[in-house]
Amino acid sequence: MTRKQRRLTMIGGSLTVLAIAAALVLNAMRDSIVFFSTPTMAAEKQIPPGQRFRLGGLVQPGSLVRGDNLAVNFSVADGSATVPVAYKGILPDLFREGQGVVTEGALDASGVFRADTVLAKHDETYMPKDVADALKKQGHWKDDYGAKPGAAAAAAPVQGASK
Amino acid sequence: MIAEAGHYALVLALGLALIQSTVPLLGARWGDHALMNVARSTALAQLLFVAASFTALTMLHVVSDFSVANVFENSHSMKPLLYKITGVWGNHEGSMLLWVLILALFGGLVAAFGNNLPLSLRAHVLAVQGWVAAAFYLFILVTSNPFLRIASPPIEGRDLNPVLQDIGLAVHPPMLYLGYVGFSISFSFAVAALIEGRIDAAWARWVRPWTLVAWIFLTLGIAMGSYWAYYELGWGGWWFWDPVENASLMPWLAGTALLHSAVVMEKRNALKVWTILLSILTFSLSLLGTFLVRSGVLTSVHAFATDPARGVFILLILCLFIGGSLSLFAWRASSLKQGGLFAPISREGALVLNNLLITVACWTVLLGTLYPMVHEVLTGNKVSVGAPYFNLTFGPLCLGLMLAVPFGPLLAWKRGDLLGAAQRLTAAGIAALIAIAVLWAWTWGGATFAPLVIGLAVFVVAGAMTDLAERMALFRVPLGVAMARARGLPRSTWGSAFAHAGVGIALIGIVCETTWNSEYIGSMKPNDVAKVAGYQLKLDGVTQRQGPNFREMIAQFAVTLDGDELRVMTPSKRNFTTRNSSTTEAALLTRGASQLYISLGDTNADGAIAVRIYHKPLVLLIWWGPVLMAFGGLLSLSDRRLRVGAPKPAKAARALQPAE
Repeated sequence: MTRKQRRLTMIGGSLTVLAIAAALVLNAMRDSIVFFSTPTMAAEKQIPPGQRFRLGGLVQPGSLVRGDNLAVNFSVADGSATVPVAYKGILPDLFREGQGVVTEGALDASGVFRADTVLAKHDETYMPKDVADALKKQGHWKDDYGAKPGAAAAAAPVQGASK
Repeated sequence: MIAEAGHYALVLALGLALIQSTVPLLGARWGDHALMNVARSTALAQLLFVAASFTALTMLHVVSDFSVANVFENSHSMKPLLYKITGVWGNHEGSMLLWVLILALFGGLVAAFGNNLPLSLRAHVLAVQGWVAAAFYLFILVTSNPFLRIASPPIEGRDLNPVLQDIGLAVHPPMLYLGYVGFSISFSFAVAALIEGRIDAAWARWVRPWTLVAWIFLTLGIAMGSYWAYYELGWGGWWFWDPVENASLMPWLAGTALLHSAVVMEKRNALKVWTILLSILTFSLSLLGTFLVRSGVLTSVHAFATDPARGVFILLILCLFIGGSLSLFAWRASSLKQGGLFAPISREGALVLNNLLITVACWTVLLGTLYPMVHEVLTGNKVSVGAPYFNLTFGPLCLGLMLAVPFGPLLAWKRGDLLGAAQRLTAAGIAALIAIAVLWAWTWGGATFAPLVIGLAVFVVAGAMTDLAERMALFRVPLGVAMARARGLPRSTWGSAFAHAGVGIALIGIVCETTWNSEYIGSMKPNDVAKVAGYQLKLDGVTQRQGPNFREMIAQFAVTLDGDELRVMTPSKRNFTTRNSSTTEAALLTRGASQLYISLGDTNADGAIAVRIYHKPLVLLIWWGPVLMAFGGLLSLSDRRLRVGAPKPAKAARALQPAE
């Protein structure tokens, strides 16, 4: 093979791999991007039941009800709208009423958000960034949610029973 | 007093870095040996001063001097000594100080042990190290000074985030940083080569051990971090595809590609331009990782720092170094001469394929990591890219790579024989097929895909052994001769076989854990029994205990398998009063490479505890694999070629230096 042919083989091979990778990326991007919504945004957009998204807001004080076998019901609110959430599993260490929370799942036919993941931050002063931004945008931001600059926070996504 | 001394030492280190980044360059331009040698002394002095500064901060933490803001915010007088020390890098300012300490350490190592480098190359390398160091000293001094005092000192500190009070986190950041920052050396070598406009096989031979050292630490650091997340965060996950994890994975991928392309350059003097580019990209990804972690720009489960001023500063550093080095590359790369020729089917060709697949896989990770940020800037909508994306893109590319891995080492340099390699891999292929058949029969009706992937992993492991067996001519010559040949094999051959086998072993662990993981989640009262994967776990009772800076609730589980009493497992929940936060301490029971895992949730009003129990088959292989890879790297590092092969020590080399 001449130098030119070799180079063409190389370039051809590289382009093939790149094309495969691009196809994989586009395919994956179509299915596995999850949007973030607050309860108000969810109501405005009329997200159809079954479509996965992340719901973020404040846990409505007084809404937390623990059922049998680790079933938990609570409401996520952002000041103007509320979405009931059903979750089965262990809530993260710092899940509290009145605190910010981000959950992932989908709405069911009756309008209840079936969460399979509850993301929580291991810091009592921490407000999830998504939630804080969304609340600020809607004018419901209060400074006493107190995202202290530099407050160390680590968190774990908590998987529900369904895998 | 100690704080001021530490601060002052850091300022002096900045001054030294500035000298180191300019004077040696002038020396190289004028051919002045004395000026070029300035690099060596400044690099060593810089290391001394940063070490002094770091020691000062450590002392402040140990004596709990709460008049220093950093100590106040991250320490507590009741905290155990070990965590007082590790707490130094458990926060933003301290971890940046550790970052520059390691940078200075690598610079010092090049200065101290780089006697066999040509003088001008060493001067250039250390000057580039000086630029990086100066930028980061400025960053620390301007935006994140760890030595700031508080006007009216409080009596007690706010304590370290409890999740970080763990031995895993004591070791993880230094390891990771040794890897991250270690790649600065190959970056400096690449930039120095571009400035000098000269690069040859000897260059690759100098760069390879440094890259290898960084790669070994990064491998162990990532594995360590993953194991920490597994046992500390309490739900048994070991990889979240979190931006911060991706930030460490990307330099690792690029570094792996670099290791392989440097082999081609060293052995065959080919792929020069590509190797230089990879060196630049690897460190650029390290810088990007530092940016992602330290600026809090991405919504991330690891969001440790949230301060825009810092983000902008690091972004500037990032643009300056990545932009600068890539421009230099665009300008000078054409001056590097083309290297040796090779056919597409050859060892070089296989290594090119390896590089291609790894870098493309790295790009898909980069895309997935940055996509939410770009999307938000463009549309204002928040999105998250989760595990499914990475499984669908990174997964297939890696599987493709796995299929090719066993062939690479069996191909000859320059022109290889694919058919011959395939014939020699027959035994490995048969082993893979047997593994697939056995697994299918065993898990009849279960997962279909998992046995195939495990078969592939077996193929990789068996392929690595085939390579060794071929080289020592096992079964073809008498055993004694084969053993003698085995001893005679270069260490790097053993190294690559171990590293490749490590990849396969990690893959087996990953597939087994994700496919056949079983779990029980429920609330339990004393004397309740949970059954998971044939094990019976009886909750004996719950006790309370007072720790140094926390209260702990411990549950005792008696574990039995087929009526045999195995052990008592004691998961616990710790409540840290200072921060009013709690952590879950999982209990682990290791059986071979599999583990039983218990973590506790909330206690209900009626006294029942929420419990999460997992059985994770062969989960430990996920971390044994990387340990094996690192061991392979270590073997390769001890190869005498890398020690003896490089040109002789300074005096001889200097005498041979052409007067430029």
